[in-house]
Amino acid sequence: MITRMNHVSIFVLDQDSAYDFYVNKLGFKVHTDASMGPDMRWLTVCPPEQPDLEISLMSIQEGMMFKGDAAAQMRTMVSEGTFGFGVFECNDLMATYEELKAKGVEFKKPPTKEFYGYEALFKDDSGNWFSLGQKKDKK
Amino acid sequence: MAGQLPKIYVYRQLVQAKLFIDEHYSANINLDEIADVAFFSKFHFTRLFKKTYDYTPHQYLTRVRIDRAKELLSSDMSITDTCFAVGFESISSFTALFKRYTGSTPSGFQQQKIKRKQEIATTPVKFVPNCFASQQGWTENSNFQ
Repeated sequence: MITRMNHVSIFVLDQDSAYDFYVNKLGFKVHTDASMGPDMRWLTVCPPEQPDLEISLMSIQEGMMFKGDAAAQMRTMVSEGTFGFGVFECNDLMATYEELKAKGVEFKKPPTKEFYGYEALFKDDSGNWFSLGQKKDKK
Repeated sequence: MAGQLPKIYVYRQLVQAKLFIDEHYSANINLDEIADVAFFSKFHFTRLFKKTYDYTPHQYLTRVRIDRAKELLSSDMSITDTCFAVGFESISSFTALFKRYTGSTPSGFQQQKIKRKQEIATTPVKFVPNCFASQQGWTENSNFQ
């Protein structure tokens, strides 16, 4: 029986820039930052209240994973906003929206009431987008 | 009064107060100064802040200081320097609060982090799940094993 997820990966265009976005703008914590050789780095971050979920910020480089033109194609798709990677949760959507906007985070959709609750959509520095909701019990 | 303003302005003022704490945690700031940033009375501000962030402003300030202390201790800064760098005025109160929030003493925490950093530097592949490491070809580098 599968019980939990502890690692998930997000493909980013530049790991230094992604570090700045996820750590300094979103407020995530660095879990592991390891050099794996020249131009190769294993970088994972966690949402502040979810230290056991490592989000791997994976660089898109030509190599074993992306062969031939695949890396360039993947970079284009990421930068064009092809991928929506998940849903983040916060205590208070309006406050978080205002804070992230003040820090320069780009929103595709401001907090909006949907049939399932309030939701906003934001993009990371590479072009990946995420939904942002708030705790269900928040009044 | 803030209560008569449209809600969006209230949020913006609360966010300004939170960002003020994020930026000035190392200084000797108090609730009056934080409430002033948001243009609220102390009582009203504390109530709104807690409702929005689940912590009182003072609890949030302490959390920010402890979080920053964890980062500084991880970067090998001494416990004394860390204590003052994050805004505490005595080593004993810093040590007690640090232990209450993290479950470890500052020195115990720092020793664990130093050990982990050394392990990451010598055998980084141990910290990468095999599905990712093999996909990247990192398991083939015997230096990482």
